[in-house]
Amino acid sequence: MTTRTLAVVSAGLSTPSSTRLLADRLTAATVAALRERGEDATVEVVELREHARDLADAFVTGFPNAALRAAIETVTGADGVVAVTPVFTASYSGLFKSFADVLDKDALTGKPVLMAATAGTARHSLVLEHAMRPLFAYLRAVTVPTAVFAASEDWAGGDGTSAELSGRVTRAAGELADLVTGRPASARPADPFADVPSFEQLLRGEA
Amino acid sequence: MQFGIFTVSDITTDPTTGRTPSEAQRIQDVVTIAKKAEEVGLDVFALGEHHNPPFFSSSPTTTLAYIAAQTSRLQLSTSTTLITTNDPVKIAEDYAMLQHLAGGRVDLMMGRGNTGPVYPWFGQDIRNGIPLAVENYALLRRLWDEDVVDWSGRFRTPLQGFTSTPRPLDGVAPFVWHGSIRSPQIAEQAAYYGDGFFSNHIFWPKEHTQRMVEFYRSRFEHHGHGRADQAIVGLGGQVFMRKNSQDAVAEFRPYFDEAPVYGHGPSLEDFSRETPLTVGSPQQVIERTLGFRDYVGDYQRQLFLIDHAGLPLKTVLEQLDLLGEEVVPVLRREFAALKPAHVPDAPTHASRVAARGGAVDPTVHAAGDDVTGRTAEEVPA
Repeated sequence: MTTRTLAVVSAGLSTPSSTRLLADRLTAATVAALRERGEDATVEVVELREHARDLADAFVTGFPNAALRAAIETVTGADGVVAVTPVFTASYSGLFKSFADVLDKDALTGKPVLMAATAGTARHSLVLEHAMRPLFAYLRAVTVPTAVFAASEDWAGGDGTSAELSGRVTRAAGELADLVTGRPASARPADPFADVPSFEQLLRGEA
Repeated sequence: MQFGIFTVSDITTDPTTGRTPSEAQRIQDVVTIAKKAEEVGLDVFALGEHHNPPFFSSSPTTTLAYIAAQTSRLQLSTSTTLITTNDPVKIAEDYAMLQHLAGGRVDLMMGRGNTGPVYPWFGQDIRNGIPLAVENYALLRRLWDEDVVDWSGRFRTPLQGFTSTPRPLDGVAPFVWHGSIRSPQIAEQAAYYGDGFFSNHIFWPKEHTQRMVEFYRSRFEHHGHGRADQAIVGLGGQVFMRKNSQDAVAEFRPYFDEAPVYGHGPSLEDFSRETPLTVGSPQQVIERTLGFRDYVGDYQRQLFLIDHAGLPLKTVLEQLDLLGEEVVPVLRREFAALKPAHVPDAPTHASRVAARGGAVDPTVHAAGDDVTGRTAEEVPA
């Protein structure tokens, strides 16, 4: 049985956080969907809150420190990514974008990504389509068609979630599992030293 | 192994006093620092090149020639010479001239410069950084190695029958290092020519330096210049010392916190863990520096940055005393004991002349051009 790695990026700030709650639902559903397709999964969670200072340091120094490097490698080395952010001021949170900013622009190329967001009201839901999907399009990640948005009202049902949210979670997780199982097991991102042009090529202006 | 210091020539406010030196003062201070480096027994002084405030060093050969005249042993180098925005013809002329005046005590380190606005001031474009470094250096090599050069390329006007003067001292060009923080192409360039590779080794984690040096070494061997462990490697480093490490940390912290480049970011402790920065006792600096060899192998040159971020002259001179009295003698002994016999020392003018089989007089006595026999002075306006 193939074992896939799933990286979960949560930009929630409070404890407990509805963003993390949604991330956990999506993760559990994706793991279940992978099992249905005959594959196992290990899950690694990156809580961006724990890296808030690391991210600020990386902007100032120009390099990620060891803790942030480990988080970046978790995400860039995974077979699939679940990325969840709260909506802040009409977009993904600054913390979420900061993490995107320290990723190499090629690091997520072709990577299956399930996007999700949380907010106090459903009026923010199109942030997923207007902000988050273009971000991942720039990074040339492969986003699943269903992006999952959860507002406060979605957590108000008797079982903790509304039926609508549960349906979207299941559908999105299935889409992510389909993309992940359709790909070979994750290769690590391209090694910058692997394809350095020869000096003859450099001299000819070919690189 | 060579030990020395390198400076970027920044004029920075001392955060503990609010005092900012004038250009005049800082220029004299840097000369004082260079002379002190020789006095305390260091081998190398390297000076940066910048064309914008807060830096003064737009004309490194002027400064280095002045220092050469007041020193007798010190090897003079650059950190770095901008191979992208300088005309390679001018680099060939200026550094050959310096080499003559300094009696061969000159090498230089090529760098691209990563300040975007500087490029257009010199008619260039930062997006061409690598191609400029490749083409300009290829021309520079020919200008030093060949007496008469015909050349055309993408970035400067063609040359017909051009002789760069003065010819390199004794017929041997200054040794060249190539510095790069993150571009493997530059390590490839250094390896291709069998030149030295210098890793900044200040601002980034050691893993980064390790990977670049490893790549350079393997390509040095690939291009047939010797075994990988015989490649010529230099490292930067940043230290601040006091007898007691707590005193060093307390004194350096305000400079660190306000420093250009990394200030207002990580703590001194975080940055010391993540990068080769060492703030502490001379013994701590010795141990950390000896550890560099564990991840780059036996190397030829270690330069320390000790005079930036507004540190006052008196403090910098005290750092030089500590380096000269307590740190470098131990490092010299320890590194020498560890180095296998087949690993070369850093090239010097004397060693390069000897390798060439002795000095020659390279003077080109041109009577005139080879068609008319006339000289430039005779051509009517």
